[in-house]
Amino acid sequence: MYESVIGLEIHAQLLTQSKIFCGCSTRTGDPPNTHVCPVCLGLPGALPVLNRRAVELAAQAAIALGCTIHPTSVFARKNYFYPDLPKGYQISQYDRPLATGGSLQIATGGLAREIGLIRVHLEEDAGKSLHEGFPDSDRFARVDFNRSGVPLIEIVSRPELHSAAEAAEFFSRLRSILVAIGASDGNMEEGSLRCDANVSVRPGGATAMGVKTEIKNLNSFRYVQRALEFELERQTAVLEDGGRVIHETRLWDPAANRTHPMRSKEAADDYRYFPEPDLPPLRIEDAWIERLRASLPELPDARRRRFVASYGLPEYDAGVLTASPALASYFEATAAAAGNAKAASNWIMGELLGLLNERGIGIERAPIAPSALADLIRLVDSGTISGPTAKAVFAAMYTSGRGARAIVDAEGLARVDDEALIARTVAGVLAANERAVRQYHEGKRQTFGFLVGQVMTAMQGRANTEIVNRLVRRALEEGPA
Amino acid sequence: MPASVRAIRDAVAARSVSAVEVCRAALDRIGAVDGALHAFLRVDAEAALGRAAEIDADADLRRKPLAGVPVALKDNLCTRGLATTAASRVLEGYDPPYDATVVGRLREAGAVIVGKTNCDEFAMGSSTENSAYGLTRNPWALDRTPGGSSGGSAAAVAARAVPLALGSDTGGSIRQPAALCGVVGFNPSYGRVSRYGLIAFASSLDQIGPIAASVGDAATCMNVIAGPDPRDSTCAPAAPEDFSAALTGEVKGVRIGVPRALVAQGSDPEVISAFDAAVATLAELGARIVDVALPHSAHAIAVYYLLTTAEASSNLARYDGVRYGHRAETATLAEMYERTRGAGFGLEVKRRVILGTYVLSAGYYDAYYVKAQQVRSLIRRDYEMAFEQVDAIALPTSPTPAFPLGERTSDPIRMYLADVFTVGANLAGLPAVSVPCGFSGALPLGLQLVGPAMHDAMVLGIADAYERVTPWSSRAPAIPPR
Ligand SMILES: [Zn+2]
Repeated sequence: MYESVIGLEIHAQLLTQSKIFCGCSTRTGDPPNTHVCPVCLGLPGALPVLNRRAVELAAQAAIALGCTIHPTSVFARKNYFYPDLPKGYQISQYDRPLATGGSLQIATGGLAREIGLIRVHLEEDAGKSLHEGFPDSDRFARVDFNRSGVPLIEIVSRPELHSAAEAAEFFSRLRSILVAIGASDGNMEEGSLRCDANVSVRPGGATAMGVKTEIKNLNSFRYVQRALEFELERQTAVLEDGGRVIHETRLWDPAANRTHPMRSKEAADDYRYFPEPDLPPLRIEDAWIERLRASLPELPDARRRRFVASYGLPEYDAGVLTASPALASYFEATAAAAGNAKAASNWIMGELLGLLNERGIGIERAPIAPSALADLIRLVDSGTISGPTAKAVFAAMYTSGRGARAIVDAEGLARVDDEALIARTVAGVLAANERAVRQYHEGKRQTFGFLVGQVMTAMQGRANTEIVNRLVRRALEEGPA
Repeated sequence: MPASVRAIRDAVAARSVSAVEVCRAALDRIGAVDGALHAFLRVDAEAALGRAAEIDADADLRRKPLAGVPVALKDNLCTRGLATTAASRVLEGYDPPYDATVVGRLREAGAVIVGKTNCDEFAMGSSTENSAYGLTRNPWALDRTPGGSSGGSAAAVAARAVPLALGSDTGGSIRQPAALCGVVGFNPSYGRVSRYGLIAFASSLDQIGPIAASVGDAATCMNVIAGPDPRDSTCAPAAPEDFSAALTGEVKGVRIGVPRALVAQGSDPEVISAFDAAVATLAELGARIVDVALPHSAHAIAVYYLLTTAEASSNLARYDGVRYGHRAETATLAEMYERTRGAGFGLEVKRRVILGTYVLSAGYYDAYYVKAQQVRSLIRRDYEMAFEQVDAIALPTSPTPAFPLGERTSDPIRMYLADVFTVGANLAGLPAVSVPCGFSGALPLGLQLVGPAMHDAMVLGIADAYERVTPWSSRAPAIPPR
């Protein structure tokens, strides 16, 4: 048996308006090289100036992850040549990062575990090489520097993850935290959250680490899981065949569902790090950290525990509802307005998320506002409409955007409590279903439910179910044996 | 025609002479002498005359502190609309889209930028012979170097082509050419003047400063260019002193330290005797002369070349042919890098990039870079301890007068030793001025005064007091026609 050892390196784009060392916008989706200036183009003579907001967001992330933020950290130059790296070096942090330590709790298979963190540091993103899409792309590559200088934090975990599922869970929990505190938008498709993994396997019981590979391009939870599953299997097979794992960087190819070797790391890269002379050391005062700590929003874990304790929700429901800050606040607003948390949870997790997911719509753009959903819940709770009617009303609300009360009034969907009317319908249904009635009297009591259903159908689901139940039972007991 | 910065400005303000006339005179003088000197890489007569006319037409501009003053800029200072090459092939024809902070401040102060001056490529050198565009000659002796790396700026001022020029100083590149050309050169405290727009050589030492015919003119320039800049994080946030106001001519009771052991090392006898005479003059003016020791100065050159080459190897990585400047058209990316940089950089630049890459390499970093930083701290402490006893330290600026062109180009170590008295101030981030203090034959010599960090005005004050009682600054060379 082999044991898997996985450590993750996650790069998250910080949600700042401007880049980390210049005033250019961080907006994406604009034409190439429209958010550039002497600084982020690396023009001769230009100098970096640190964006305070980037430090704030990075520090908040570090606080949320329980890291120790160092009173002094130092920017360093990571030197290498690449066309998308305009200065020939990346300004990053090296031997004196912003923060070290900290941990993140994961739970897989019902087992909670703390995964240690090594460090959190600030750095700038590079530009983007464009290898296709131009008439001369067969001969030339082009570079878009809009992304050059966008602020990133790199979060490095200890190699304490032992399965692909754990790694995916870690990545997902980390994303929730970064999104919850507003440090990152967590958008993996646009590359604002990226994950690399260091992977090795070793014989069970061994303490020495196996030779690791670095897997790049893991930009979704599913890719993390599938890529690591593949890689762990691959390494295990190599070792079982008596082979040797090569220390290399491998690229995940989601289409082929496998990792490919990218470049060997046998000869270690030498980035010639040294302290960035253009930036003084970054000094952070305790008082400032405390102010940031106090201003942190509730973290997903704490919120989940609160949802269980104060709303009486099951663990699972609380987990789903706290997956994003927007969803959690949607739920809280609905529950408060409806005065019924359990019903709010059921409606959101059942009907609402079902429809939203089907249509690929985020909760932020849900066509039913929390107050509108709460109105619907109150109509059910007050007995104005029946459960089945409520579902129809919900569907109408979703498509038309109208309020629950308006729909109920306009379509006459209010619950029917008129015993005489219900009794007449019951009599008609029993007369039309002689066989079921006979079977009931022969002891096949489950036909009772069938008959109730027939009555409800006959009354378009609007009849008071209690009354229907009572009247069907009475009719059956009183009727001819 | 008024000659000094102050006189030109006052005359232009009073309309007794027009900025256009001053500018034409400067352009004529450049035309007359630059064939022999090659101090300028680029002269933009049209833009200069245009700006001069604007100043003449605008009463507000005419009242500015440098109204109508022709200024030359070392070619490693970015100028919008005027090519900036740092004397390198790799930046041939490069037109910066922005002005360096100091350039913007000069323009706002009414200065008229006439052109860009020659220098050693990327300011790497002590003789201006490392320019990709040909060497500059010393106005006092055309077969000799003007010093470097700001040799073009110093020669232009010495030749009275412009009253003021800016240079940059990483290890003596303002002071040494100023001394060798018989003019005043000032290296401000690190952080006193913004580096934004200065093409970096070694970021933790580079400073921009004035070269002028007098200390007073250098101080006037400092009042314009010094001060905080939000674009340079290493620029001091404190408001600068009034440099001109500090020039009282008074040095009574000022304690001046002389590191005798250091001065004796490798200096020409004429340099030592001129230096001794200058110190004696200061004593006559009422300064107290005190012996000081700078024990770690012996290592300053080694530390300097380890740290500056390390920073330079990284600072010059951006010249890769991708975005601007020279690009070799090749089939592969690796070839493009190799041939762009191979053809774009001169020999000395390549030597320093290779040296610096080595210094930062895994396995050598601790032995060279880290050790050099430690010794840099010791050198800084030497100065701090000396400044507990004295207000300023006096040194020769250069151990020799201007040396013959070609003499040291094949002997880099000997060339590097030209900086032996100047690198200390850069390593410690200190203000230091060179003021003319006599001649060795026909060749001018410089007295250097170094002060504590951010005491720039005091250093200028001592130099000014010395200048007032000596004839050296007022001497100008007679440039023989070529
Ligand atoms: Zn920018």
